Amino acid sequence: MANILIYALHYDGAINKNSLGAVSEGARLAAELGGEAHAILLGENVPHELAASLGNYGAKKVLVAEGPEGLAQPLVDAMAKAIGDGGYKYALFGGGLLGFEIGAGLAARLGAGVAMEVTAVRAEGGELIAERPILGDSAISEIKYRSEVGIIIGRLNAFETKETGGGDAQVEELSFELSAHSTQAKMLVRGEQRGADVDIEGANVLIAGGRGLGKAEGFKLCEELAAAFGGNAAVAATRAVVDAGWYPYAAQIGQTGKTVAPKLYLAAGISGAIQHKVGMQSSENIVAINKDSNAPIFEFSDLGVIGDLNKILPKLTEAVKAKKGS
Amino acid sequence: MKICVLVKEVPDAAVEKKLNPSTGRMDRSGEKNLNPYDTHAIEAAMQIREGGVAPVEEIVAVTMGPESAVRALHKAVSLGADRSVHLCDDALAGSDVAATGYALAQTLTRESPDLVLLGQQSDDGECYTIGAVVAEHLGMPSLTQVIKMDVESGALRCERQAEYGYDTVQVSLPAVISVGDAINEPRYPSLKAIMGAKKKQLDTVAAADVEIDAAKVGGDHSAAQWVAAKAPPAKAAGEIIEDEDTGETVEKIISWLDERKLL
Repeated sequence: MANILIYALHYDGAINKNSLGAVSEGARLAAELGGEAHAILLGENVPHELAASLGNYGAKKVLVAEGPEGLAQPLVDAMAKAIGDGGYKYALFGGGLLGFEIGAGLAARLGAGVAMEVTAVRAEGGELIAERPILGDSAISEIKYRSEVGIIIGRLNAFETKETGGGDAQVEELSFELSAHSTQAKMLVRGEQRGADVDIEGANVLIAGGRGLGKAEGFKLCEELAAAFGGNAAVAATRAVVDAGWYPYAAQIGQTGKTVAPKLYLAAGISGAIQHKVGMQSSENIVAINKDSNAPIFEFSDLGVIGDLNKILPKLTEAVKAKKGS
Repeated sequence: MKICVLVKEVPDAAVEKKLNPSTGRMDRSGEKNLNPYDTHAIEAAMQIREGGVAPVEEIVAVTMGPESAVRALHKAVSLGADRSVHLCDDALAGSDVAATGYALAQTLTRESPDLVLLGQQSDDGECYTIGAVVAEHLGMPSLTQVIKMDVESGALRCERQAEYGYDTVQVSLPAVISVGDAINEPRYPSLKAIMGAKKKQLDTVAAADVEIDAAKVGGDHSAAQWVAAKAPPAKAAGEIIEDEDTGETVEKIISWLDERKLL
């Protein structure tokens, strides 16, 4: 049987959006292979209704496993057990930190092939072929699996969420044992929010700042420009500067932050790493200001300005104000 | 405590990266350097040593790669590693991430470290996953993208950003930890350290020396098989302005925004 097992991340009573996308994609691919899409949830007393709700995205069956949440290795144990019980030819993960860790650990456990950062998957001759952009997205490589089980780890937002109206999925409890090393990590604090709670997802205009701002105070330039746009403009940030404590986590774009698609995304001092790109590439208009002409962001910006943001941003703020005032 | 740091030689950032069209593997010719992300892992090891909470007997840099990879090891030693191990064998060429992780784990087993550190990603392969593969083979707990790490008796208190905010996780040693680039600001090596790097012990080992099963490594045995490469969907190239006269630049930006009714 060519069934597909899909990892579903959940937190605080809801399934992660990228996992819903992975379940939708898994259901589509399983149908082409003539198999079924099954999902797996792991946690402490996972509500069965939550598990069953994945039927709406195409999962036929959902396995529920009891174990510590938010860590990868217990899921490697649980998924390896489910796959060992039989019937699965592929394991599929949506984008996100845990999916990468679990998928890689599972590949090692099973001696399975793994492709990560996958942006598209297709069925061909009863097999799945994964497409993976490489070399800074300048080429796409296609990957097949020689192993009995193939592991596909999606890029953030690569898989579209689709409700199928399939009704509730069948829920089944999975019993498995934690391996010794899976008990050696303990979650002490999960999901801590750092910095002010700001809303960037509803903004039409986002002025985003990165390491190129030089210091925390550099965000003042972004805030002034956002204020000049007025109304529905806000300031966003890259992971590097959020981790450095320059700006609140709630304003972070990308892999472990928000995904946005405003009318205008103006990136100041942002190099454009893949982890950032995946969170903002659907923006309607992308403007980048960076002093490094080799910055990858110029590859996917609609208007690129090579220059010193400390000189450009204040003058741009004045000009936007003047234009708005006229 | 003994710390092993996994390092990798990558094409220099200034070199244009391309594929060998017949194999689908990366063309790794041209100028090479130590993967910049790895310097954060070496620095993290140095800070544990200097922090003094747990005495660090040895910091060992470990790499897998062709002969040229010794330069990455020299760099790692100049940044603070005491000695280095080079896994070098033609049979390993073309290994995928799973096979590479297995081979590195075999090499690490011989060293029996208390802590394995590595950078969050390589500058060329962008896989982010080698740490999790190595940990599984070693049977050690593991965490990736750690941005703060404190040594507590027999364990590490690690912080990282995950899907829903910042997580704090206690990981018992021995463990495999990949560090994010926000964890520290790597120091520059001293001239003396650079000059002395080549004199430090460097062990070169072949696959058989660390009991690597030849049927599990190399391009022909890797479970993920490259079948084709293609160009991504063409995207119209964006307009580029080089700022020479800022007044003029700003005017151009404003009219660009205005044309698109973004003001």
